[in-house]
Amino acid sequence: MKAHHGYEDGSGRFYITVDTARCNGCAECVAACPARALEMVEEDPMEERLVAAISEAHRRRIRYSCASCKPTGYDPVTLPCVAACEPDAIEHSW
Amino acid sequence: MTDELAPTREHWRWKEDRWHDRGLRWEDASIISAGIDVGSVSSQAVVMVDGRLFAWSSIRTGASSPQSARDAMARALEGTGLEVERIHFIVGTGYGRVNVPFAHKAITEIHCHARGANFMYGDRVRTILDMGGQDCKAIRCDERGKVVNFRMNDKCAAGTGRGMEVFADLLQVPIDRVGPMSLEVDEEPPPVSSTCVVFAKSEASGLLRQGWPKEKVLAAYCSAMAHRVFALLRSVRVEREFAITGGIAKNPGVVRRIERELGFEAIRSDIDSQIAGALGAALFAHALEQKARSGGGERR
Repeated sequence: MKAHHGYEDGSGRFYITVDTARCNGCAECVAACPARALEMVEEDPMEERLVAAISEAHRRRIRYSCASCKPTGYDPVTLPCVAACEPDAIEHSW
Repeated sequence: MTDELAPTREHWRWKEDRWHDRGLRWEDASIISAGIDVGSVSSQAVVMVDGRLFAWSSIRTGASSPQSARDAMARALEGTGLEVERIHFIVGTGYGRVNVPFAHKAITEIHCHARGANFMYGDRVRTILDMGGQDCKAIRCDERGKVVNFRMNDKCAAGTGRGMEVFADLLQVPIDRVGPMSLEVDEEPPPVSSTCVVFAKSEASGLLRQGWPKEKVLAAYCSAMAHRVFALLRSVRVEREFAITGGIAKNPGVVRRIERELGFEAIRSDIDSQIAGALGAALFAHALEQKARSGGGERR
């Protein structure tokens, strides 16, 4: 499942996408996120497998939760959650 | 003078409702399951008997989520002779899902809407647009109702039921008349430019002052809402087997305009579109109880 967490408003599209087919449930991203925006949730209610997701409290303000990790100058930055994700399951839309 | 004034009408107040199947006997059932969807604006309870729809209710959410869950359940069970204690498995969903007092498990509304829509519209449904009270979700699912892609827009009330309630009140039009009335225009006006409900409301006040008739203002708002959710739908790549759930699915003014933008029609159902989430939760409850009895599942 491609899970797009976040929102779109007049200032842009702010989504973090977790490809749950790729996510291996290691929870490294949860530990890596300085804003504690990530958590582990059930991928399918009928199974016990856990995958990463943005917590409900952060979805509405994801742009601000992630602000401290985003590049401020011209140098590209690898985001901690993306860097921590070995199977490459996390993407940012902005 | 003052006593000649008509009392202020609360036009946003949509009708609460309930239903139960008098032909179905819960006494003979092997599995009784239930789902409760506590949303930001409305709460629903659905009770199923051996996987068949038995009773449901839809009420306005109060200040307390646990109380709303209890009230919705009580309304659904009214006159059925069934008590909450006799229900084998209850799943809570929606915005207040963690606060449902008697639920055995909480499941996100994304999963529940997909599963509920799969039951209501048949297994051909692939794209679901849930237009809730305070957020809006586009979901793609497979033939079993399993989610493959979703995108939610849960930041603001534009494109949602709450926005429509605000407009019903502003224009003093009963909420169930908003959609039909908005279709009474000869020519489609340009949509209101603001997507924010608060700004859209002041924009609409301006239009009224300019002498626009109510139906034209409503048309402008409904088409703005349709256009906004169309963008959300496009981002998950909408397929032809498409259905709308939630309260706005009952507003033909928005539904027709979404269909016009898409170029095809949404699938209709005889089941109330507002109960989709609770229905999905009840279906999960049934499946989880089955799994528990066969020895593999979880029980609280």
